[in-house]
Amino acid sequence: MNNSNIKILQISVTLIACAFLFVPMILSVMAGVTANYFQGVSSGLTFKWVFQVWELYAESIFLSLGLAIACLISTLIIGLPAAYGLARHPGWLSRILEEFISLPLAVPGLALALALLQLYGSMKGFRISWTFILVGHVLYTLPFMVRSILAVLASMDLKTLEEGASTLGASPWQRFRDIVVPNAMPGILAGSLTVVTLSIGEFNLTWMLHTPYLKTLPVGLADSYASMRLEIASAYTLVFFIIIVPLLMAMQWASARAQRIAQ
Amino acid sequence: MTICLTNTAKTFPDGTRALLPTDLTVETGEIVSLLGPSGCGKTTLLRIIAGLEDPDRGGKILFEEDDVTTLPVERRKVGMVFQSYALFPNMSVRANIGYGLKMQKLSKSEINARVTEVMEMCQLEKFSTRSIDALSGGQRQRVALARAIAPRPRLLLLDEPLSALDASMREALRDELAVLLRKFKITAIFVTHDQDEAMAIADRVAVMSNGHIVQSGTPEELYRNPNSPFVAGFVGNAMHLEGKRVGKMLELEGGRQKLPFDGSGYFVYVRAEDVQIDDTGSLSGEVETITFLGTHYRIGIKGIIPNVLTSIFVGQRAPEIGSKIKVNIKPETLMLLPEGVA
Repeated sequence: MNNSNIKILQISVTLIACAFLFVPMILSVMAGVTANYFQGVSSGLTFKWVFQVWELYAESIFLSLGLAIACLISTLIIGLPAAYGLARHPGWLSRILEEFISLPLAVPGLALALALLQLYGSMKGFRISWTFILVGHVLYTLPFMVRSILAVLASMDLKTLEEGASTLGASPWQRFRDIVVPNAMPGILAGSLTVVTLSIGEFNLTWMLHTPYLKTLPVGLADSYASMRLEIASAYTLVFFIIIVPLLMAMQWASARAQRIAQ
Repeated sequence: MTICLTNTAKTFPDGTRALLPTDLTVETGEIVSLLGPSGCGKTTLLRIIAGLEDPDRGGKILFEEDDVTTLPVERRKVGMVFQSYALFPNMSVRANIGYGLKMQKLSKSEINARVTEVMEMCQLEKFSTRSIDALSGGQRQRVALARAIAPRPRLLLLDEPLSALDASMREALRDELAVLLRKFKITAIFVTHDQDEAMAIADRVAVMSNGHIVQSGTPEELYRNPNSPFVAGFVGNAMHLEGKRVGKMLELEGGRQKLPFDGSGYFVYVRAEDVQIDDTGSLSGEVETITFLGTHYRIGIKGIIPNVLTSIFVGQRAPEIGSKIKVNIKPETLMLLPEGVA
């Protein structure tokens, strides 16, 4: 009797927590497909608003996707060798470097953006180019890439594996290609998904760095809330969900896998 | 292939002298073991030969006529079996074994043929497509050996190849390894801290201590004619008979022992199999421990030397613990080793 009461309590708390999380989302999404929000669902369901979002903000969506891919490529080019270097030469210097790379995690995005504006704001061509936002995103996401790869690399005896390959005739580049990269793959995958998800969802920093002609997905969302009908803003939320949720789920899966290997 | 090391030493950046200037020659087809306790420099020496460690200035390594001292490891054509095996977890058993052949840019069909041949030799056919994680310790050890052998190296180096295995498997694999190495007809150097392993596998054993080679010879030579107390103790666990040397006599706690010649300037050592329990013996002690080992008993005797003197007893009935016994040691079985040699 007592036990079942506890069970009921547990289930109710869980359900309430879920409702707390999901009801606003569901309401928002529903609003996006409702013909007239003020009349409620009885006014009928429609994809009109979603199409309108597409017309108005398609550019933002493509900009965000493009940025995310560019950000991914940049963090891979910088992050993979960086993580490899840190894993191969453990010591106090590496730890300081790792902390240094991780600094952007601790600094608020706004402060980071302000620093970038102070440094590069006067370079007009760069300031209004999308690469300016890219720099901000790379700074912000790089620690996630480095740490994710580093965790996997640190969990194996990289030095001996490379020595093994070297006695078999593999040059340093071949060892990196055949041994380091394939074994770091779970970390690379987890890091990549994290970087893409973060880059697409990033608002703070991007809000400071963007220009009226360069609105990313979240910035566009803020813009639609501020200036469009509620239905369009809600439909935008729906579009945002559709893009970000699968990425989030993939990220969860990849991180869990990388962590299992890193144990 | 003949390997010749001259004046090879290694000082680490922190100043540790891991290896003192050492000379070593290994003849073609010879299987040499570097034997010593941990920290004696044996692994450092092996890694220098492999090219994984640079020797200090002045050292020279020759493979036949080639001076390989400055040649990077990937171009030395040595095969190496690591203590942890260092198998690539991202590759199957087959791919691991074929990796060295791939690095030699052989054709696919040739790689396949060679890998199959080596896998047969090492009895790994069944595991070809398995991942490394799905292998037992002994199987991994064989894969590591097959991988090192497949590219037909000039020299095979093995770093404690059996130490990662549990005791019951170690002995079986030890004999297997000895057979395989001879089947490959390859010059090999292997490092171990286990004297039984060195004796069972090697043609010649180099005993190392504190960064240098103390003595090098066949297992029999080392066992019968050690040149120092260290070798006598490390190979075959000889016991030091501590006592006062008076001419051709040695005065021990448990009596007087005759020496083969004047013992001044020598330490006296004896092996357990030469310590005989015999009523006519000149030494008397008391049985402290008895261990039954199937074919024989190992009997610990106190009261003769400050430590326990061990005797191998092959009779049917061992004396009881606590009983007083007489011990006889034939003078000619004693090993007199000069004092002042490490």
